Amino acid sequence: MSVLLETQGLTKRFGGLTAVNGVSLTVKRGEVLGLLGPNGSGKTTLMNLISGALKSSEGALLINGKDMTGAPPHRIAKSGVARTFQLVKILPSLTLEENVMVPAAFGPDRLWGKALKAQVAECLAMVGLNARAGQQASELTYIDQKRLELARALASAPKLLLLDEWLAGLNPTELHEGIRLIRELEQTGITIIMVEHIMDAVRALCPRCAVMNSGTLIADGPTDQVLSDPHVVAAYLGEEDA
Amino acid sequence: MTYILSALGLAALAVLPMLFGDYGTGMLVGLAGYVTLATSWAMFSGPTRYISLATVAFFGVGAYTVAVLNEVLPYPLVLLAAAGIGATMALLVGLSTLRLAGIYFVIFTFGLAELVRQLITWFEVNVTGTLGRYIFLDLEAKHIYWQLLALGAATLALSAWIRRSRLGLALRVIGDDETVAAHSGINLARTKLVLFVASSTIITLVGAIQAPRWVYVEPSIVFNPTVSFLTVIMALLGGATRLWGPLFGAVPLFLLFEWLSARFPDHFSILLGLMFMAVVYALPDGVLAALEKFRRKGNGNSATKPAKEANA
Repeated sequence: MSVLLETQGLTKRFGGLTAVNGVSLTVKRGEVLGLLGPNGSGKTTLMNLISGALKSSEGALLINGKDMTGAPPHRIAKSGVARTFQLVKILPSLTLEENVMVPAAFGPDRLWGKALKAQVAECLAMVGLNARAGQQASELTYIDQKRLELARALASAPKLLLLDEWLAGLNPTELHEGIRLIRELEQTGITIIMVEHIMDAVRALCPRCAVMNSGTLIADGPTDQVLSDPHVVAAYLGEEDA
Repeated sequence: MTYILSALGLAALAVLPMLFGDYGTGMLVGLAGYVTLATSWAMFSGPTRYISLATVAFFGVGAYTVAVLNEVLPYPLVLLAAAGIGATMALLVGLSTLRLAGIYFVIFTFGLAELVRQLITWFEVNVTGTLGRYIFLDLEAKHIYWQLLALGAATLALSAWIRRSRLGLALRVIGDDETVAAHSGINLARTKLVLFVASSTIITLVGAIQAPRWVYVEPSIVFNPTVSFLTVIMALLGGATRLWGPLFGAVPLFLLFEWLSARFPDHFSILLGLMFMAVVYALPDGVLAALEKFRRKGNGNSATKPAKEANA
């Protein structure tokens, strides 16, 4: 498998605080990587560095073999990276259809006309919202907003999908449904990095895990192995309890 | 069909100066001017929600360009020069300010008009030594009206085209959430800049075309901040996110302001301010949106169509 994403010593400082400290990570095409770590360990900052929302203070970012260090978010999106947000972000004044249209129209393929319509319909159908295509996005419930956000992320047919706690805040039934959706996605061969706190979901969806603690990568490997690593257990529970 | 109707409508508007006298034609010039100003203002500020008070900065630069060049260059070239200067100024202003958010952008654009006025005054007093210039062009009111009518029609056509284009979608996304826009592949800076330049160039041209009406021009006349405020309130009253909104706001308000300024010349500013507040509080999305909402309520739940029309 060829390498899709590579970070080399990626570092982000906010004033005196180092939120991400020298993270080197390699993700191969088709891999599904779980990104774990206690609150404030730098997971979301790392996702923001990869998607271009933040510029790194040091280190390099390679996507699909191309140097994307310091590239603005729209260029990274155009290179085939899509994301969801930790706090769900929909476009409230647009219809569901228009929401999903956006990355398809401005992403790598720049679809328009019939091809765009077809792509939008397919993505909405995938998350089960196709019957409500003309509805205004502001009318959706929380879980439907999450669905819409996922459909929107998929609309650009991304090579790399970044899910930032996409499963958080769902009830058990919705969670079950969410896991099924992501598993379906995995079948399509898409590469995913998901920040997740729900261990059952991580075990079910991610063959590989990387764990961060205070900005550094402390473990990276097969999920079973990583989750039983004493350093990881200590990071989550504190040294004394481990 | 739409084209035929538009052509007929335009032809009907074009013969109006034959029916009215000089006073009526003068009113038509003002009307066409403000409809064009409000429509081009809304082209950028409507979808992006960047409230610009720089209208008179561009309008005044257009007028002043004509004042300076009208005896040097043939008229078409003067207009071209005005458009060029307006576009260049918009490019520079846009590059330096479109990163500003919300209220900072509003304040900057307001300051810009004053800055340009002071710069021109300083230049005229200290360098050329002529504050105040005359415009001697052989143009009657109806000629000016026809030019504005053509520019207004072109502005509406351009707006209609943008709304159906990728650019229009990008603008609406930027208005809703810039973060999502950027992560969807939209180049924020470039999109905003393109629209700001297009909108400002049209505004500059309105100033240039209207300039011969004054005959005598000086900075305090052509950089009157009321022009900026009137443009905003007209566009907001009609609905800045709709194609025909600014037109629906500009026509009644222009007539009302004409009447008010003749009837209450001393209290005009107060009335303008009150009206500004009333529009923003009572009709935040404009008259057209309010009418639609009202109609939808009247029709009960069976009405599902208006939602579609809202985007038309």
